[in-house]
Amino acid sequence: MSDFRAMFVGFPDFNVSENFFPDINLQEKLNWAEEFIQNVLIPRLPEAVAAHFPVELGTVLVMFACAGIFVGVVPLLPLFLVLAERKVAARFQNRTGPMRVGPWGTLQTLADGIKLIFKEDFIPPQGDKLLFLLAPYIIFACSFAVFAAIPFGQNILVSPFNIGIFYIMAISSVIVMGVIMAGWSSNSKWSLLGSLRSAAQIVSYEIPLGLSILTVVMLVESLNMQEIVASQSNGVFSWLIFRSPFTFIAFFIFFISSIAEVNRTPFDLPEAESEIVAGFHTEYSGMRFALFFIAEYANMFAVSAIAVTLFLGGWEGALPGYDILGGLPGFVIKTLALVFLMMWLRWTLPRLRVDQLMNLCWKYFIPIAFFNILGTGIWGLIFPEDTLVSTIISCAIIYIGLIVAYTIAGRTLAQKPEPQPS
Amino acid sequence: MEFTLKNFIFYGFALMTVASALLVVTVRNIVHAAFSLMVTLFGVAGLYVFLQADFLAATQVIVYVGGILVLILFGVMMTSGRLEMRIHVERGQLLLGGIVSLALLTLLLTVIANTPAWKNLTDDGTELPPTTERIGELILNGPFLLPFEVVSVLLLVALIGAALISRKEVRE
Repeated sequence: MSDFRAMFVGFPDFNVSENFFPDINLQEKLNWAEEFIQNVLIPRLPEAVAAHFPVELGTVLVMFACAGIFVGVVPLLPLFLVLAERKVAARFQNRTGPMRVGPWGTLQTLADGIKLIFKEDFIPPQGDKLLFLLAPYIIFACSFAVFAAIPFGQNILVSPFNIGIFYIMAISSVIVMGVIMAGWSSNSKWSLLGSLRSAAQIVSYEIPLGLSILTVVMLVESLNMQEIVASQSNGVFSWLIFRSPFTFIAFFIFFISSIAEVNRTPFDLPEAESEIVAGFHTEYSGMRFALFFIAEYANMFAVSAIAVTLFLGGWEGALPGYDILGGLPGFVIKTLALVFLMMWLRWTLPRLRVDQLMNLCWKYFIPIAFFNILGTGIWGLIFPEDTLVSTIISCAIIYIGLIVAYTIAGRTLAQKPEPQPS
Repeated sequence: MEFTLKNFIFYGFALMTVASALLVVTVRNIVHAAFSLMVTLFGVAGLYVFLQADFLAATQVIVYVGGILVLILFGVMMTSGRLEMRIHVERGQLLLGGIVSLALLTLLLTVIANTPAWKNLTDDGTELPPTTERIGELILNGPFLLPFEVVSVLLLVALIGAALISRKEVRE
């Protein structure tokens, strides 16, 4: 493990993270909120108050405050991402995008948000009112609960779950329920069709997604997000994507399946504008529609963040020890790069058909993902430790594999035209 | 009874589970019943977390809410044809259901009465080691290896069966 550290010994040490954030060891303490109250808050209170301080109640309040920070900060992400998406789309289509509100149109999303707040909150009179009102909250809450387990930096993590990545999978599988609820309660055929498509898609793509996460878990031997990040601390070649040829494949399966999970082009059948208006949220208006919108962009950021954590080193820098400010800036840059990749794909590729979508998942991704698991098991037997030798062999195989794949793909694409739909 | 935070959380989850479970069996609309079943399953998952069985809780959510409940809703929406769907309970069903429930209740009460000491492991402040490791050891390296493999084979057979039923017949 120390081979890479030795290579970079000459570089100056920019690691200031140890002093930058309060020293609460999140990895070992399960109940850090109580720790915070006992060690940080109580010593600073007057003695008369400190003696009767309700620690348990305080613990809950601190936890609520932390959740509040997330619920307050994370909606700011979509505010920025929606604008980014519109600007990126405009650039891809040789336009300028929103330019009127604020300098270079930077306040456009804010204006749109204010407009959405003041719009009428229409509820379809024939629909199921209770479920119609409830559905956006379920989707919103689940999208945000995912952020609780994502390590944004060395000590920037809401909850150091022991089962981190498994919890994320569990919570994000509940989003389907919200989608079905929204589609069913709208009493509209577009909504119902959209929600059924969405549910079928999410349930299908959860399998390759879970299987590619499993390859990572097999190599790291932990479900804890911080431990997964910690195992990638030796620079760019210790990132799990380069750890073995199989995790390299797993990364691409994970990323493409994630795009399908968040219903974006080329997998945006559930909200295909030209076919079913807007899918499951057709009947929603005003702030409830905004909740879906925020959740969609928060989801996009979340899956990118998970991909970064699992495969691209998380908050660890590209060189060992270069995790400036607890690794937060590096993490955000990497995540935004993946988000940009998603936008790029959206504005470049056409939409798939339903049968193509399902074929891709069941006939290609799932068998490849199973092959990956088998391969990772064998790889783990041959190289139980991540050493210099295993990294060199892995990178060599990836390099040769890429060249072979490129040649074969080039030849087959040159020979055969796309088959027509039957 | 001493009123502590732990009690509060426990009774909160218990109330959530029992109330929504009652709704599942009393509500007439089958889709409403399915969604209140979701709340029940979440409540049970919360109780698992309270018992420091985190892996079990996540599995509960992923399997029951993310899998089985979605399948139930799919079944309802694909088969009913209309959005309104009411359940009618006949007298025979009521009798049979009552017998099964009574038997289950008796069983549970017997188990509760015969369990010697109800001791919450977390009361003395000790934090239990993570459950994932122990579960993995027991399943893959311990007494439950054979059942685990049998279940795997069973699931594989079910998977192949589903693929066989749903495949398209191609006639040459």
